[in-house]
Amino acid sequence: MSRLAQDLAGIAAFALVVGAATLMLDSGVWLTFLMMALYAALLSQAWNLLGGYGGQFSFGHALFFGVGAYAQALLQLSSGWNAWLALAGAAALAALAGAGVGALSFRYGLKGSYFALVTLAFAEVARILAVSLGFTGGGVGLMLPLRESAANLQFGSRKGYIALALALVVVALLVTAWLRHSRFGAQLQAVRDNEDAARAIGVDPWAVKLGAIVLSAAFMGTGGAFYVQVFQYIDPAIGFGPSTSVEALVGAIVGGLGTLWGPLLGAAALHLLAELTRNLFGALPGLNMIVYGSVLVLIVMFLPRGLAGSGRSLRDAWRGGRRG
Amino acid sequence: MLDPAILFASVLNGLTTGAVYALVALGLTLIYGVLHIINFAHGASLMVALYAVWLLHARAGIDPYLALPLVVAAMFALGYALQRLIVNRASHGKDENILLVTLGLAIVLENVALLAFKSDTRTIDTPYTLATVAIGPAFIALPKLIAFGGALAAAALLWVIVARTDLGRAIRAVAKEKQGARLCGIDVDHVYAMSFGIGLACLGAAACFLLPAYYVNPQVGAGFVLVAFTIVVLGGMGSFAGALLGGLLIGVVESLGGLWLGESLGQIGIFMIFIVVLLFRPQGLFGARA
Repeated sequence: MSRLAQDLAGIAAFALVVGAATLMLDSGVWLTFLMMALYAALLSQAWNLLGGYGGQFSFGHALFFGVGAYAQALLQLSSGWNAWLALAGAAALAALAGAGVGALSFRYGLKGSYFALVTLAFAEVARILAVSLGFTGGGVGLMLPLRESAANLQFGSRKGYIALALALVVVALLVTAWLRHSRFGAQLQAVRDNEDAARAIGVDPWAVKLGAIVLSAAFMGTGGAFYVQVFQYIDPAIGFGPSTSVEALVGAIVGGLGTLWGPLLGAAALHLLAELTRNLFGALPGLNMIVYGSVLVLIVMFLPRGLAGSGRSLRDAWRGGRRG
Repeated sequence: MLDPAILFASVLNGLTTGAVYALVALGLTLIYGVLHIINFAHGASLMVALYAVWLLHARAGIDPYLALPLVVAAMFALGYALQRLIVNRASHGKDENILLVTLGLAIVLENVALLAFKSDTRTIDTPYTLATVAIGPAFIALPKLIAFGGALAAAALLWVIVARTDLGRAIRAVAKEKQGARLCGIDVDHVYAMSFGIGLACLGAAACFLLPAYYVNPQVGAGFVLVAFTIVVLGGMGSFAGALLGGLLIGVVESLGGLWLGESLGQIGIFMIFIVVLLFRPQGLFGARA
């Protein structure tokens, strides 16, 4: 089997297993867990497209999340769009935001920490604007009226949302698999590994990175739109605050940068960890996040390749330990 | 048009706030300049220092200004230990790992504070908290004036350490060329830890100057992080004079922005400056060409 066929078979198997599990599950707790894990995975996958394969570390992916979320809400509330159409609009507007940020920052050659900081600042500007401008509902935020029907993208059961999230995650997986085996993906990884060398063999780093940020932003925007449909609410802190940016990047890095399954694995593991610590230590505010933060540090210390590369890290540690 | 007296008071207020910003940014720029890492735990570390000052005052009755040597020494030790025991070991030479580790540390520190002190906002009450000094037509709070002088003194001290001592020479050598410094017999890991320690010691000083006219809660650091990054970039990453001037400038911009645009929209001026500088002059207003 070719490597692409292997990836595709894996994605199909994943979709089948998660789909079957959803149909069999009855417990509301587990359905909610599955839904939120898929949602977290989508954000990390989106971040991984640019951060993992493009090597551009964004600290402001909340910008694209927020644009998607606000677009999803406003297109329905103010423009009277259907929710499914709004979903496409949200992805398109987030992609446009990605193109804007990317065109500016890559045009001026911002790399590494500078790129991380400029994205952080863009998200912060958007947050302040969302608080201050009238049409975004200000600090109070926007509420979506409850109109439960599949045509309105509001499902009576968690299973409907899980199906939607699963579909989005599978599309993200397919796009990632395409990146791994296409010419564009090869150029993107070449730019990540050595921009000068890539330019020398005729790759245009600006165009390639721009393509990656547009893709990444579009998926992040659908994540924001999904959030609005599930919770029927968005405000500036949720939409543009740094916690969403952090959630997306931590899942991808913990799972394994630039891998197909890493972001999914990382987001699911961190979500499980967060749920467990919340249930175990919920009575003492702060303790759950102390455990969460500590595990994050420990993972980085002992599994530097992320969960997807943990086999290799442990083998190295074992060999190194025996040698030393 | 605005009354010149109000404008003058606003600029003065901005300058005093900016001096403390500068002190926070000095620590950040030192850590960035030497270790080339973005320390996302910087805000949380400032919060730890603020709680230390608050505890010393509330439990032991020690005046914030007298607590200065104690807090600075403790923060230095904390920074040295954090870098040596955690950040350095976890980095594996990869930037994204350092970033995650400092992020994890920030989460842990913030929530330890939440667990220990609850989320209440705390202030301290000193005889001089409400004292003011008249400068021309404006009145300025005495603690802010002291903070201004203290921040300038701390910046000068930092400059002397980096420019005139053997440690400073080693720090500059490691910042320029890590491998070369190692070949010359400099203990790079020690210099890294010293830089991190000094960076956090700056926060200790900033906390002592801040608290008499400010407050502390577990999230207090977050407000300083982005402002400090802005100053560091504005002044040129790794430049001390730049951080100092950048801090004063940002303090004034924030103060005037708040005057003209209101509290929340006023903040936007800082970030617009930040983005424009990053795009058009990433080496900073005062930095040398990278």
